[in-house]
Amino acid sequence: MMNMNRIFLFLILGTVAVFAGGAIEGEVQKQALNMSAIVMFLLFVGGTLGITYWAAKRTKSAKDFYTAGGGITGFQNGMAIAGDYMSAASFLGISGLVYLKGYDGLIYSIGFLVGWPIILFMIAEPLRNLGKYTFADVASYRLRQTPIRTLAAAGSIATVILYLIAQMVGAGKLIQLLFGLEYEIAVILVGVLMILYVTFGGMLATTWVQIIKAFLLLSGATFMALAVMAHFDFDFSALFAKAVEMKNTESLDIMSPGGLVSDPISAISLAVALMFGTAGLPHILMRFFTVADAKEARKSVFFATGFIGYFYILTFIIGFGAIVMVFQNPAYLDVAKQAISGGSPILGGKNMAAIHLSHAVGGDFFLGFISAVAFATILAVVSGLTLAGASAISHDLYASVIKKGNVDSMKEMKVSKMATVALGIISIFMGIAFEQQNIAFVVGLAFAIAASANFPILFLSMYWSKLTTRGAVIGGSLGLATAVMLVILGPIVWVQILGNAEAIFPYKYPALFSVTVSFIGIWFFSVTDKSHDAEAEIEAFEAQYIRSQTGIGAEGASEH
Amino acid sequence: MNKELVDKIKNNPDYQELVSKRSGFAIKLSIAMLVVYFTFILTIAFNPSALGTPLSSDSVTTIGIPIGIAIIVFAFVLTGIYTKRANSEFDDLSNKIKQSIKED
Repeated sequence: MMNMNRIFLFLILGTVAVFAGGAIEGEVQKQALNMSAIVMFLLFVGGTLGITYWAAKRTKSAKDFYTAGGGITGFQNGMAIAGDYMSAASFLGISGLVYLKGYDGLIYSIGFLVGWPIILFMIAEPLRNLGKYTFADVASYRLRQTPIRTLAAAGSIATVILYLIAQMVGAGKLIQLLFGLEYEIAVILVGVLMILYVTFGGMLATTWVQIIKAFLLLSGATFMALAVMAHFDFDFSALFAKAVEMKNTESLDIMSPGGLVSDPISAISLAVALMFGTAGLPHILMRFFTVADAKEARKSVFFATGFIGYFYILTFIIGFGAIVMVFQNPAYLDVAKQAISGGSPILGGKNMAAIHLSHAVGGDFFLGFISAVAFATILAVVSGLTLAGASAISHDLYASVIKKGNVDSMKEMKVSKMATVALGIISIFMGIAFEQQNIAFVVGLAFAIAASANFPILFLSMYWSKLTTRGAVIGGSLGLATAVMLVILGPIVWVQILGNAEAIFPYKYPALFSVTVSFIGIWFFSVTDKSHDAEAEIEAFEAQYIRSQTGIGAEGASEH
Repeated sequence: MNKELVDKIKNNPDYQELVSKRSGFAIKLSIAMLVVYFTFILTIAFNPSALGTPLSSDSVTTIGIPIGIAIIVFAFVLTGIYTKRANSEFDDLSNKIKQSIKED
């Protein structure tokens, strides 16, 4: 323990040194160096490392490491889930989309939200009652451990790594812009801090980092939305009227649906990806094991839905506020870009709309605050992702598949920490490797995999008595392969990245097709499975269903 | 959980009540959410101008905006309705079932 604390202290000092070094470098490069942003960010990092130190002393077993001992309350967990969901991509991306296209941004937000009630009604409770650390616990509850856990872990790790790439690249670019740090230094800084939070503080630190960040983000976004509304005496129609007037120059209808969802197939496919994808994200599912029981699990979703919905309404106001206060404002105009392509581009691109708005309403100080919050957001989200990925490696692959369950909790935790460090290093390298790549497809692919592989297996294992191992493995693999194939053959990768003239698969979102393939595959290879094992698996459904419905035999919270 | 206990719980009227009430409730609420959401998304796909209708002749605000916000609020209210009933009525039933196992 003593030894660990010393390492920890050393790493903290190291991180601060890396940061300070980078900050000075930024000044040399004549980047806009924002002192208040740096001070506030250092406060956040200092505070969260303090929490990590506190959490490290309380993380004594694998259960503590994976689930914070199961003692998180419904409200706290709701905040943490909302924090996982309110990534920098959704804060800056959705407000940027509203800024650019108006109403289309709202359509996107709604798609991201409506999966939550379904998760509550169908998934949350059985998941909590049947699982222990990962969703694979539930999927493999009555099926053969090795094949199911291997597939579930593959789905989890693929989702996590894709998501991490997107976050790391976004982080590098954002930090470069906000703090004037080098891209590589920014990516390394995020990677190192994330490794610290997760390896030392486990789920307890990861959860609290997420809660604090969610609170800061919601407060900051609330202030921005209020400032915008105060500007218009809290009259929405005045805000919209002014925004429409500003955008008239681009003859764009920002008050009604535009080109985001163009045809019915794309519309439904996007809806399927967002809904089922959310219910298959490993870092979100894992949060349900941090609460004491099904009651707290339900409260978690209730609060999370409230926070996320409120947040999306704020981003809508922020986007419109940016149209009025940032768009065509000479202070934020990218003159160099305008000289080349015309129009009124803003510095750093559309995703910086919210950041510029923070400056417009609150000056340098508030810009600093929002920049620091954006950085904190990335840190918190990558930590949650990495923990979920590390759990899939240590709990599903190492403890269950390789060691067949014959491993003590300390050893498992150690493997988990090693996996965290490995994932951290991988994501740093990926972040650097993908800097110049078009990564627009990455999050879409992560959602498609979650929706097509993770979700169908999880859902059917809970509700369909005739599911067998063969069906789950073949159907889930087919869903996974279809999702990956269709993304590669689709317009983004095949045309935009590989440079072919026409996409073989015409739709941007494959989920409607890949989820269908997955469900049909699982159904067909289950009902035709007449093996002896299959009979036993069907037989075992009843006991599983009783536990999922009543919580009899469910994992409890740890004693301390 | 052994076979005997499974049969015992399965035949417990409280358990049957819990399962039928909860499944019915959860399915109804899920359908409500799906119908609302898919009506919205299919309107966008087939008839986007419907959501672009101004609220009044002198307003730029379209009907799509209050509808969009209402869907967000609706999703939240549904989770509230389910959580409230599940955390009282359904949990009481589960506790009764757990109690009945302990008794013998």
